[in-house]
Amino acid sequence: MSGRHGIAKSRWLPAYVVVYLAFLYLPILLLPIFSFNNAAATTFPLAGFTLKWYASLWTNTVMLEAARNSLFVGICVATLSTGLGICAARALTRYRFRGREAANGLLMAPLFLPEIIVAVSLLMIILQIGMELSLATVILGQTVFCLPYAMSVLTSGFEGFDRSLEEASLDLGETAFGTFRRVTLPVVAPAIVSSLLVSFTISLDEFILAFFLSGTEPTLPVYIWGQLRFAAKLPSVLALGSIMIALSIILLTTAEIIRRRAERRIQGA
Amino acid sequence: MTALPASTIADPDAPARAHWKDSDEAKGLMLVSPTLLYALALLLLPILIVFAYSFWSQDYLTIDHSFTLDNYRTALGEPIYQDLLWRSLTISLVVSLITVMVSYPIAWFISFHGGVHKSLWLFLITVPCWTSYLLRVMSWKVILGYQGVLNTGLMSTGLIDKPVTSLLYNSNAVVITLVHSWAAFAILPIFVSLEKIDRSLIEAAHDLGDNKIRSFLRVTLPLSLPGVISAFLIVMIPTVGDYVTPKLVGGKDGVMIATAIQAQFGKGANWPLGAALSVTTMVVVSVMAGAVVLALKFFVRRIR
Repeated sequence: MSGRHGIAKSRWLPAYVVVYLAFLYLPILLLPIFSFNNAAATTFPLAGFTLKWYASLWTNTVMLEAARNSLFVGICVATLSTGLGICAARALTRYRFRGREAANGLLMAPLFLPEIIVAVSLLMIILQIGMELSLATVILGQTVFCLPYAMSVLTSGFEGFDRSLEEASLDLGETAFGTFRRVTLPVVAPAIVSSLLVSFTISLDEFILAFFLSGTEPTLPVYIWGQLRFAAKLPSVLALGSIMIALSIILLTTAEIIRRRAERRIQGA
Repeated sequence: MTALPASTIADPDAPARAHWKDSDEAKGLMLVSPTLLYALALLLLPILIVFAYSFWSQDYLTIDHSFTLDNYRTALGEPIYQDLLWRSLTISLVVSLITVMVSYPIAWFISFHGGVHKSLWLFLITVPCWTSYLLRVMSWKVILGYQGVLNTGLMSTGLIDKPVTSLLYNSNAVVITLVHSWAAFAILPIFVSLEKIDRSLIEAAHDLGDNKIRSFLRVTLPLSLPGVISAFLIVMIPTVGDYVTPKLVGGKDGVMIATAIQAQFGKGANWPLGAALSVTTMVVVSVMAGAVVLALKFFVRRIR
């Protein structure tokens, strides 16, 4: 009746987990299915295989422009939020100082705020100081939003770090910068790469901030939002969406593999 | 350490200040400051500005900076905003309740039966939540639509003769979509708190004659309460201001407060009112979240 730890394992629980996983994956698996379907409507039964929706994307210059914007914004946001995240995560894991909890709370706040309020408040301050809406404002805004995620990835990477390694390096005459470059960096590098990938993915998929702050230069989600009004455009949006989902999954899986390999190495050492 | 002269004992900070630049405190503050300044300038300051705006008024394009509560009178008094706020709160409460309830068994399963593959399970569960939110909402629209996947699928199997119209464009569609979107955010904190539970406590409850349900209610659930509470907060507060889901799948019955807020920054162009609506939403949802936390604590104490 009871399992190994005296904790009962119900027969129903695994079945529930399977149903739940199906519920989670259903929407993101449907997009690719219909993106290869030879019909404009998303109905069953399927109407045969086609690649024409994908082919139509390559000639769509507006979409390609939006893709370029997204790529540019994503790279900038990933770099900026990881850079800022490294400072904060290192300060919060390594040092004890007054206001540490408050600083952590502020940086994590975007997780506990409705995104629209973050977007609206940024819009107000940006227009207030007379800045034009552009990709730069999207980058500034998305970085605030990505920081909590970048910081969680980095903090867990930094927490496994053994401080005595650094102390040994300093005692042996290495400079502070040299220690960072030759001792600290190699150990925390996997966390940094994970953080870059995760932030890039969040930026690529982020819609609300981009919608409010992008002005006349759309990112991919903003472009998709504009297309949703036209039923005839749906299949090519599905094709584009499938590519984006595939890309997100590849990036996240890579981040996870890097993170786990590093974890195993630290545990093994 | 050498004994300190009496004069410095009077000022205990003095020796610390001499080497303050080398102290952990100074290093920590210096290192955190770029990030902190960024967040102060682009998170805290903008929110303070929203707060300030909510007490100002607007006449066409000029802002009158004299203090007024008129925006709050409109935000809380106009039936349309009352309705939207009420619906947003109801939806976010229902969504967070359902999300926590359907997610708890998953977190429990991974924590207690995940074995060596715990992190793989967590990864599998969280991946869908990391893909584009807009695309997932769009996909639900495709699933639930009149000529959608569910209807045409059921019709081709012969279970129904004509499409069910009640699937899309109502608050149920909003709830389903939001529960799907926020699943991982509920599972992770609950999982973390379940992991911290000392397994021998549950074993002890069994040995002392508690059955499965009693040991769950009296040991596991109370000890995982911190995780349940953070799951509630992390789902409830952001969903109250959701914009995409009501717009795409909500129809007329599913409109939420974010649509009204957005309108004040677009066509309506009444920033002070938009600011007051934002502040009202934040305050009201925080009060509701506080009430839910208290209710949960009370409930768990009672069943213990």
